[in-house]
Amino acid sequence: MKTKRSKLIYNCVTFGIIIAAFILMQLMLSAGSLSRTMKGQLIPICCWIVMAVSLNLVIGISGELSLGHAGFMSVGAFTGIVVSGWLLNAFQMENTLLRLVIAMAAGGLMAGLAGVVIGIPVLRLRGDYLAIVTLAFGEIIRNVLNCVYASVEGTSLRLGFLNPNLPGTLLLNGPNGAVKVGKIATFEAGFILILITLVVVLNLVNSRSGRAIMAIRDNRIAAESMGIPITKYKMMAFVTSAVLAGMAGALYGLNFSTLVPGKFKFDQSINVLVFVVLGGIGNILGSIISATVLTILPEVLRTFADYRMLVYAVVLIVVMITTNNPKLQSLLRTPAQRLKQLFRRKQPADGEKGGQAA
Amino acid sequence: MVFLSNLVNGISLGSIYAIIALGYTMVYGIAKMLNFAHGDVIMVGAYIAFCALQYWNLHPLVALLLAMVFCTLLGITIEGLAYRPLRRATSLAVLITAIGMSYLLQNLALLIWGATPKNFPGLFSLGAVSLFSGQLKISGNTLLTIAANIVIMIALTTFTAKTKLGKAMRCVSENRGAAELMGINVNRTISATFAIGSALAAIAGVLLCSAYPTLQPTTGSMPGIKAFTAAVFGGIGSIPGAMIGGILLGVIEILGKAYISTELGDAIVFAVLIVVLLVRPTGLLGKAVREKV
Repeated sequence: MKTKRSKLIYNCVTFGIIIAAFILMQLMLSAGSLSRTMKGQLIPICCWIVMAVSLNLVIGISGELSLGHAGFMSVGAFTGIVVSGWLLNAFQMENTLLRLVIAMAAGGLMAGLAGVVIGIPVLRLRGDYLAIVTLAFGEIIRNVLNCVYASVEGTSLRLGFLNPNLPGTLLLNGPNGAVKVGKIATFEAGFILILITLVVVLNLVNSRSGRAIMAIRDNRIAAESMGIPITKYKMMAFVTSAVLAGMAGALYGLNFSTLVPGKFKFDQSINVLVFVVLGGIGNILGSIISATVLTILPEVLRTFADYRMLVYAVVLIVVMITTNNPKLQSLLRTPAQRLKQLFRRKQPADGEKGGQAA
Repeated sequence: MVFLSNLVNGISLGSIYAIIALGYTMVYGIAKMLNFAHGDVIMVGAYIAFCALQYWNLHPLVALLLAMVFCTLLGITIEGLAYRPLRRATSLAVLITAIGMSYLLQNLALLIWGATPKNFPGLFSLGAVSLFSGQLKISGNTLLTIAANIVIMIALTTFTAKTKLGKAMRCVSENRGAAELMGINVNRTISATFAIGSALAAIAGVLLCSAYPTLQPTTGSMPGIKAFTAAVFGGIGSIPGAMIGGILLGVIEILGKAYISTELGDAIVFAVLIVVLLVRPTGLLGKAVREKV
């Protein structure tokens, strides 16, 4: 059991690291010591951090394996693009910040709606069946987005399904995706989105609802017999995660000048899952770090060109085996335990006190 | 007539899905893991057969056999190196390892054979069969695929029902601990399962590329996912379930593409899966496991 104090410390450390990283990045940006590729990665990193943290809410806190997280991201991205394009073309809203905020809110809302629609059938299932259905929904979303066309005529927004002949300025062009998107996403907005995500997720985890969600994860039947409404709390985690993913998607979409629905394939969901698992399931700070490192890693490995994804795959396998094999773990643990024992001899009472308070 | 020919094509595509799904379902039943690298084993098998046919000018049957042998060894190696150390780990850890293995195979193929799609030569040049005075034409490849599917199903059912190893597999899938206590070598049984699944993947790869002749490192991933869907559809862990699921999925895909919308073909497949799982949460032939409180 974690005590209140250790939770507070954990939260402070998480926020502290994010804020420190942001300030460091701002300093490096103003000093001009960031390379162009790194600059281009800043906003995507923010998006992937939000994606990883929100998926961790479903996988780590709620204990359901979801393989369709990129679907929510794409719903958010294309909603954001359409809303932003509509505001610009129909109402001549030149204020990019206002447009970005409205687009992100709309993206979150639509993704949340998708989360409700998907969550109702999905959360009835369990385990691997739930995983495959979320995967299926992710693919359905991509397939459906491939058939959606949108345009602005005057002040009205026109949507077409499988019908590319729309009047006015085209915003979405089916499988060719969104063209001429205004690149209005900013690093500051990404930073604020991360902060919002952290406030939402950490508060949820440490609230009554969060404890109910974790109780369901640990023992569904016991939780149910204690009178916890299972569906309500599972939906709460799932929809919150979808909304956050949608907002991240809107930010991500508005960071590129073109975007196709094919970008959010099943692989992207898997990538986010990899962030969550490598960072440690249920560990928010771990998700943040692994999302950052694993987004930068392929860029750093670009010098290896053809070998970079190969190296990535090998790293993935080796890390999973070393962290999960009991034999290797005990080998790794021996030096760590010795250190801990040394530490304990100095302050023997501290650990016990924490245990009693819990 | 068009409907009939679509139906036959659907059954043929479904047969390929079914053969792949068998690999998924057997591995899931026994090792309780989702082997995401299975789709990429298909791709490797197809590349081996491609090399054998194109560069070494071997007889098609020899090429197929070579692909099967290579994939069998590959399956055993993957299981031994990556999955065996994780036998007692959480299913998520194994899943991520399998995903890593899938990336590894794809990128190795990319390095060896390059990104440009290869044109897979027809394996057997069989003539088409005409029915109803030439109104319905069924290609030899389609018939071959369906025949291969039937043979594999009969062989596999007999194998799991009659042979010692097959019985051991069923034991391990039912209760691993009890099987171990009865003296069954669990590790060897799991290896054998991977071997069979991978050999089937090689056959599926060759059949798939005979029907859709573009071969590239990502060839296996989408059929892999569809076959996985088929396995769940039929009830994961069940051999006849994988068969039925695969064929139904293929038929639904082809008919959906033909009569509803080409763009929405995949969406229809997955939508049907969701509906089926909502009505029968363990798939068509899956056994519902009672929870003990």
